[in-house]
Amino acid sequence: MDVRLQISMVFHLDKCIGCHTCSVACKNVWTDRKGAEYMWWNNVETKPGTGYPTSWEDQSKYRGGWEQKNGQPDLKMGNRSSRLLNIFHNPYLPKMDDYYEPWTYKYEDLFNAPEGADQPTARPISMVTGNLIDIKAGPNWDDDLGGSPVYAANDPNLEALTPEQRAEIFEIERLVFFYLPRICNHCLNASCVAACPSGAIYKRGEDGIVLINQDRCRGWRMCVTACPYKKTFYNWSTGKSEKCILCFPRLETGQAPACFHSCVGRIRYLGALLYDAEQLTSALAVPDSQLVEAQRQMILDPFDPTVRSEALKNGIDEGTLEAAQRSPVYKYVKQWKLALPLHPEFRTLPMLFYVPPLLPVMAKTEDGKYDSSGSELFSPIEKARLPMQYLSRLFSGGNEELVRYALKKQYAIRLFKRMETVGDLDMSVVGRALEEVNTTPEEAERVYRLTSLPTMDDRYVIPPSHREEAMQMLNDDLLQERGSAGLGFRELPVRGA
Amino acid sequence: MLDHLLFVIFPYAAATLAVVVTLQRYFKKGFSYSSLSSQFLESNELFYGSVAWHFGILGALMGHAIGFFLPVQVLWFNSAPVRLYILESTGLLFGLLAVTGIVSLIVRRLTAPRIRAVTSALDVVVLLLLLVQVVLGVYVALFYRWGSSWFAGSAVPYLRSLWILQPDTGMIAPLPLAVKMHILFAYLLVAVFPFSRLVHMLIVPIQYLWRPYQLVVWNWNRKTLIKQSPRSLRHPVTLPVPAQASDPVAEQRAVVTR
Repeated sequence: MDVRLQISMVFHLDKCIGCHTCSVACKNVWTDRKGAEYMWWNNVETKPGTGYPTSWEDQSKYRGGWEQKNGQPDLKMGNRSSRLLNIFHNPYLPKMDDYYEPWTYKYEDLFNAPEGADQPTARPISMVTGNLIDIKAGPNWDDDLGGSPVYAANDPNLEALTPEQRAEIFEIERLVFFYLPRICNHCLNASCVAACPSGAIYKRGEDGIVLINQDRCRGWRMCVTACPYKKTFYNWSTGKSEKCILCFPRLETGQAPACFHSCVGRIRYLGALLYDAEQLTSALAVPDSQLVEAQRQMILDPFDPTVRSEALKNGIDEGTLEAAQRSPVYKYVKQWKLALPLHPEFRTLPMLFYVPPLLPVMAKTEDGKYDSSGSELFSPIEKARLPMQYLSRLFSGGNEELVRYALKKQYAIRLFKRMETVGDLDMSVVGRALEEVNTTPEEAERVYRLTSLPTMDDRYVIPPSHREEAMQMLNDDLLQERGSAGLGFRELPVRGA
Repeated sequence: MLDHLLFVIFPYAAATLAVVVTLQRYFKKGFSYSSLSSQFLESNELFYGSVAWHFGILGALMGHAIGFFLPVQVLWFNSAPVRLYILESTGLLFGLLAVTGIVSLIVRRLTAPRIRAVTSALDVVVLLLLLVQVVLGVYVALFYRWGSSWFAGSAVPYLRSLWILQPDTGMIAPLPLAVKMHILFAYLLVAVFPFSRLVHMLIVPIQYLWRPYQLVVWNWNRKTLIKQSPRSLRHPVTLPVPAQASDPVAEQRAVVTR
């Protein structure tokens, strides 16, 4: 057993209102710079939809993630030598137009325009060339267009549906959509790390955050192709790749990352997970539909004495273990089995988990009527407008049972709380519902509390990072560095000649 | 005298500049080392330009290197006319590939507005120097035939004399102007090299072929550091345990109130 620590995340999609506050918080803190204007380390997509960059999930186009080749995992973009041969021109690299050309407006025209019969306007100009442009697309161009035949219909995940099911969710007045906020998944089997020719991308051993060493990055841009989530970005000005850093400077000082901190829907949870690094190979040697179970298997119980002693042997601190026990992520992912990874079939073992949205919006049954009475206990879930196949394509590698369980459990808990607060249900019905998802009233209450009434301390359990001890171990004599800008990066991040 | 200045002092100055500035830049401004790829901004035209240029120039440089390191073997190889024709036409092919590539790259850089936005003055200088250099090379290959053979007798002795610090320009003095220009532009490129984006050729990631896929970096791996480092870690301070057992969660809450 090789116990390691991962700072891990849960996004509760049933609570996401699609306000984009997270995206703006991140943009203002990290990517409001030349060359990074087009980057959204955090973005919120409408599903069904094509997302950002357009159709990022279509790996026949972008070749991200891993695939099994002769029983061995290798990158979908080709083997090592083919990658080096493609170094002069990477055929699978997304272009700026797959994202969008960033723009601003000529605001000065509003003040400087000569007097005339017309109102002056501020026309859009490109932030790359400075020329006037016609805006064709933006970072969130298909926002809320869940039923659009122009955008949503191109969602690659719709392949999982039958033509009838597809026609159903695009019928007017019957469309359905939900929001999918995305950041870097800080994967255990990160394909960006594996693809970097320079070895500039690494996973931080202490907390599992995946980072790009800006001094080592040489702009070979293989990571951009390799990441199936398209969460590494090429800075066209500095010639270096950049990605979400999970706000590690904030984490190290005990604060939640900017996108978490600013989440108004309180959908985000952050906490530590202990996992067994030795199981990495075996967890990946299973078919797509079993990947979620294999990944859950890797996650270790922080209350288990063996795990604890092995963790201590690996240098994981007592305080960190205590934080792992209180981790909301452990509860959602492992104990309650409510949260699932996004596209596990990309085989990167992503460590950001999503509670699938309940969306209790029903499909029409007969004679164009919505039948909500339902003889079956869970009929609202089975009759949901958004087919189970779609959600399982997103969150479980096609395993419908896992998604169905997560939805049923949420529904059972709703019934339980309805019994308590409204009082129109009795325990015979609710008990049956809870039993079907193997849960107890006590657990239902705990899920309800953490879902609906969590304080900030419940949502973000950040283990102490003990950087004070790290400082003691640096070989540098700190006093010699007096007058310098600080440890680490000491030059301006400007483009090389 | 002019020959001495151009073919002795100039190459030494250029080489010194290249070594000193390259190292200084690598260690002091490591961030500036990048391929500075512009494929993200424009990809289709880059395919033809970049692939043709890089494979062409690599082949041509390889030919020069073989001629420099193995002159006798090249002469022997060329002793049969068929082999000479094969070698010369291969070299010419690489040269033409490089010319096509660089022309395509220059056109792209001047016409694509997004690429103009990331073009510095030095980029233009470098592109023009390279264009002149490869055109001169192809010209020499076409009009001063069988360079792969006479290279061994004239340029190699001269270059070797530079290498062993006993410069002798006697062998190249009678060479045609185009050949001399080709040599001079090579030195000019060496001089510009450390200041320009050309440094990216030093950071070719060959090590990628054998490094492990996953990379984990520990800022402070206590497992290994506990053995070798400060006393505070080897003898951690043990805090007194509170008298009564209490709920650590509740305690934490009491301290951290937001």
